Amino acid sequence: MIEFHLDGRSGVAPYLQIIQQVRQALRLGTLSVGDQLPTVKDVVATLAINPNTVLKAYRELEYEGLAAARPGVGTFVTATLGDGSLAAHGPLRRDLERWLAKARRAGLDDDSIEALYRDTFRAAAKEEAL
Amino acid sequence: MTTVLQSRGLGKRYRQRWALTDCTLSVPAGHVVGLVGPNGAGKTTLLNLATGLLAPTTGTIEVLGGVPASSPAQLARVGFVAQDTPTYAGLSVADHLRLGAHMNPGWDAALARERIGRLDLDPAQRAGKLSGGQRAQLALTLAIAKRPRLLILDEPIASLDPLARREFLQSLMEFTAGGQVNVIMSSHLVADLERVGDYLIVLVDSRVRVAGEVEDLLATHHLLTGPRRDPATWPADWRVISASHTDRQTTLLVRTCSPIDDPAWVVEQIGLEDLVLAYMSHTPDPASNGAPALEVQR
Repeated sequence: MIEFHLDGRSGVAPYLQIIQQVRQALRLGTLSVGDQLPTVKDVVATLAINPNTVLKAYRELEYEGLAAARPGVGTFVTATLGDGSLAAHGPLRRDLERWLAKARRAGLDDDSIEALYRDTFRAAAKEEAL
Repeated sequence: MTTVLQSRGLGKRYRQRWALTDCTLSVPAGHVVGLVGPNGAGKTTLLNLATGLLAPTTGTIEVLGGVPASSPAQLARVGFVAQDTPTYAGLSVADHLRLGAHMNPGWDAALARERIGRLDLDPAQRAGKLSGGQRAQLALTLAIAKRPRLLILDEPIASLDPLARREFLQSLMEFTAGGQVNVIMSSHLVADLERVGDYLIVLVDSRVRVAGEVEDLLATHHLLTGPRRDPATWPADWRVISASHTDRQTTLLVRTCSPIDDPAWVVEQIGLEDLVLAYMSHTPDPASNGAPALEVQR
């Protein structure tokens, strides 16, 4: 089971934040096929948000084929996003940690690291597209 | 039943002063409705008309298809928490529950007990000794345990600290997740309403300025900035909520269903709080068909 949180200042609609958090959990393997998502009642009782917001997020996840509702029981994960790549996460994360340590030793602050990462990511994505 | 609250030309006058004027609303079922507006805008008057505590001076109002307070059945279907969540200071928590059981035919004693237990309220404690947050929760418990179809709350969280406010809204949302319940809640706190509400009514100066589903409101309002332009060139289907100009630039808040395809405008989405503030601070000029007068800033 995962727990949702909301960033009120992010400007991202609450139902989208819930969808993103489920997708993120699927990618990282925190959630896998068969797992139950928090019930609507639990989510609204924790986050103090409108039940329709949660229903909308879950409907969208069902539409994407990531979850399915079992009436009277709850909503369950039916697919995952990480699949084959999950095993590679560990080594890649360690590479990234080494790289981060190197960047800090070179004197980069958080903002510079993020900017450098994003810029490189974008440039690489553009090259791949060509 | 498809509407929770329907009013036509509804108005209320206290002696010389109109507290509510020409209020025509049709609120569909299945929503948590946020009623916002500055102090003295007529929010409490509208809510008191919906409960039947006040009778209209003009027009009609129907709640869940019936005239407010017209029958015991109608009274049983509507729960009401008045401004500042009043309780009887001299009565204990248990007395309040006995009172609720006595006066409400559909009283859900198990739900009331369960809530009191979960809130960790001492049944023997007098309501006057409770904290503001506990008192609000007690008032909410009484309103919820009568199992209403519509719950009306007048500024229930305004005087609570942030933690008590969050806990109150958690309880309220947990109740609405049970299904088949409608809520109308007035508040100044747009940020809180944004989380819990999915329908919004903005009341300013005794008039309804805008009402609709939050999602629709956010999708149809756009903040535009662009080079200064003659208002005569704006598309006819734009409803301009607010407009300001410098000698070079024009900034508009526009309501329209059609896409903005003129590349000269920079289009931004607007948050609920800014949208509400725009409606509150710009009074329409009756002569210009709902569009506010232009304000020139230099």
